[in-house]
Amino acid sequence: MDAVQEVNQRGQEQDGSGTVPDRVGEVLRRFPTRGRDALIPLLQAVQEAEGYLSQDAMTRVARHLSLPPSKVYGVATFYNQFRFQPKGRWHIQVCRGTACHVKGSAALLQALQRALKVEPGQTTRDGMFSLEVVACIGACGLAPVVAVSGECHGGMTPDRVPGLLNAYRRRTP
Amino acid sequence: MNGSLEEWGNGISWGDVRAWLAGTLPAESPKGPRLEGALRELRREDVVRPTIFVGTGTCGLGAGADRTLQAIRALLAERGIDGDVVEVGCIGLCAAEPMVDVQLPGRSRISFGPVLEADVPAVIGAALDGIPPGDRALYQFAAPEGIQSWEGIPRQSEHPFFRSQLRFVLRDCGVIHPESLREALARGTWATYARVIRTRTPAEVCDEVARSGLRGRGGGGFPTGTKWKAALEAPGDQKYLVCNADEGDPGAFMDRAVVEGDPHRLLEGIAIAAYAIGARKAYVYIRAEYPLAVARLHRAIDQARELGVIGHDVLGHGVDLDVMVKQGAGAFVCGEETALLHSIEGRRGMPRPRPPYPATRGLWGRPTVINNVETLANLPMLLQNGAEAFAAVGTSGSKGTKVFALSGKVVRTGLVEVAMGTPLREVVFDIGGGIPGGHSLKAVQIGGPSGGCIPASHMDTPVDYESLKGVGAMMGSGGLVVMDETTCMVDLAKFFMDFIQRESCGKCIPCREGTRRMLEILQRITRSRRNETGTDTLQRFQGVMYLERLGGVIQDTSLCGLGQSAPNPVLSTLRWFREEYEEHIFDRKCRAGVCTELLQYAIDADRCTGCTRCAKACPTGAILGAPRAPHYIVPDKCIGCGTCRVECRIGAVTVA
Repeated sequence: MDAVQEVNQRGQEQDGSGTVPDRVGEVLRRFPTRGRDALIPLLQAVQEAEGYLSQDAMTRVARHLSLPPSKVYGVATFYNQFRFQPKGRWHIQVCRGTACHVKGSAALLQALQRALKVEPGQTTRDGMFSLEVVACIGACGLAPVVAVSGECHGGMTPDRVPGLLNAYRRRTP
Repeated sequence: MNGSLEEWGNGISWGDVRAWLAGTLPAESPKGPRLEGALRELRREDVVRPTIFVGTGTCGLGAGADRTLQAIRALLAERGIDGDVVEVGCIGLCAAEPMVDVQLPGRSRISFGPVLEADVPAVIGAALDGIPPGDRALYQFAAPEGIQSWEGIPRQSEHPFFRSQLRFVLRDCGVIHPESLREALARGTWATYARVIRTRTPAEVCDEVARSGLRGRGGGGFPTGTKWKAALEAPGDQKYLVCNADEGDPGAFMDRAVVEGDPHRLLEGIAIAAYAIGARKAYVYIRAEYPLAVARLHRAIDQARELGVIGHDVLGHGVDLDVMVKQGAGAFVCGEETALLHSIEGRRGMPRPRPPYPATRGLWGRPTVINNVETLANLPMLLQNGAEAFAAVGTSGSKGTKVFALSGKVVRTGLVEVAMGTPLREVVFDIGGGIPGGHSLKAVQIGGPSGGCIPASHMDTPVDYESLKGVGAMMGSGGLVVMDETTCMVDLAKFFMDFIQRESCGKCIPCREGTRRMLEILQRITRSRRNETGTDTLQRFQGVMYLERLGGVIQDTSLCGLGQSAPNPVLSTLRWFREEYEEHIFDRKCRAGVCTELLQYAIDADRCTGCTRCAKACPTGAILGAPRAPHYIVPDKCIGCGTCRVECRIGAVTVA
């Protein structure tokens, strides 16, 4: 499988449903090294598996690395990538890079907030969408850009927002 | 050999390739010419079957390249054509994505773009029939000896986007399949590294790079050779090389394009740098926001390890090198080198005072060199052609080329590589094609949140480290955002301050508190006067008086580069667009119409028919009026959202 397909597939596979017993434990077993430098990769792997970092998961990571939980929490809250609320079925990232800003990403973000009735960092009540603001996706040539679970949509406008959301609602099984 | 490496066929094994790289393939062996032949075929000067290249970088995929790709595969299957479909990286002309190239046997390669799913039969189908639609073709590649070029289609070297460019780092981006090690080898990748470790000592490599005048491309512009020498001479048996691919600047994407489009060139650069400083371990610190780049980098590392150009005892020369990937977790400050090292160590990404510099005390206290992606990607060609050839391009203080990510209000957005010293005007107008929609250029923002704005009057400034500093901007990592008169400079400064104060790590007070205060001052300037008390007004004026002084204090007293350059966006816009600030402060007007709170909406009583659409849509109930009678906007209630103007069918709502 080539990398493009991998990325696309990863985008489609994310879902919060189904209670697999111990995903955090599985991740911890993949990291036998107990060095401090394994902390961020571990947190990233836990978030990849669970969609977010629960308090329980962070405590277990701390125990695994023999670190105080406060240190783990300190690192997790420092970085923008880590989230402490479950992700929605579709995770929407709005790029707020310079090029996107100049081309009107602020209005785009407002339109998404209005349509979903959530603030950035939150998840809709039905668990369908979560909204996040990111610094730059790196597709500035297509500004303004929105990425939904890894799929990039360039040249977005506020009036294309409802259509975009509906397209993903329809794709939900 | 298994896994990620493709087969060579024709009796050539990967062991032969390794021997060829190491220079131990016997001269009389028949495999030498056979390998040369295979490499020539992979360079695709001519093809035996129709070959279609689809650009599938992140930008191509965002524009719909995956659907185009499927449509092309379906087209080939439907017509029963025996052709090759090759996925390539980004060639840099983002405005024309998704881009598709077609090469027929005996003919030169033509690029088409944009080719959406629906265009495939008309464009690609016709091209496969040998009648490429001239109006949809962008350009054709230069035709080598014996290859027939197409009539009526401009050469790539004649296309305005490529004419003024000098592509060294990006030479193979968008031309080769980034996941194929064989194609990279065919273009000469890894050969320079193999030669360097065979024939040069680390000190000689450092010398050569120092003589070339290569300076760090990540922003600071520190001479690379000097940094390397310090690390080489530092005592210690364990040293590290770190490749900084944490491209956090909003508006910059050249590192992503290099990693996605030509990962082996970057790896070769890393290997050369590691050899030069005596490091046996290298880290690539890359943003997690670039999933495709991370995947391709992992793949390239696996391939290089299987080939044996990284790993234990490389090519039998006793050199050890291990390359690891560390994914960043989204913190702008981690672009600062000491913060980046803390992040690799698994700590909060906070900088520490320098000296000691990382070249003497870096990762886990060992000598460490941190180089940017573009710096490292320059190395293979630099060492292949020699320092003198590298130094022949550029200005006296800045050698070589620089890649810029051209975006914003410009016709041809994309990745651009030009010689140092090229005037900005040439980049924006010749390569970028000017400003779309009949607007005029207002300013160019260069260097991201640490950089500054350069007004239209200074467009003849050459792009090199010193000249840009002279006009209050900096090279930064190379984001170049073009703005026209619909961009408000105060709003832009506010945007950057908002970004910086969120990204400030909070370790030192000037940056943590100062950037927050600066943001508040800018917010007061752009806030509506409605419900403003006398104290608010006073604070507004007082803040403005302090803005410049505060900026100066932050610059002088912050701990790291992020804080020291944080006020740049404000100070540079103040320097060149002071009148726009004054309009916001005194006249309470935004000439670009961006600061919505300052807009005054009114209804033209002569035109209003009293249809009540606006009154129903107004979110604050600020519009009064009986049906079929002219309506009126209550200024104190209006929040300036502009909904009424959108709703009005007859254009009776005016804005000033």
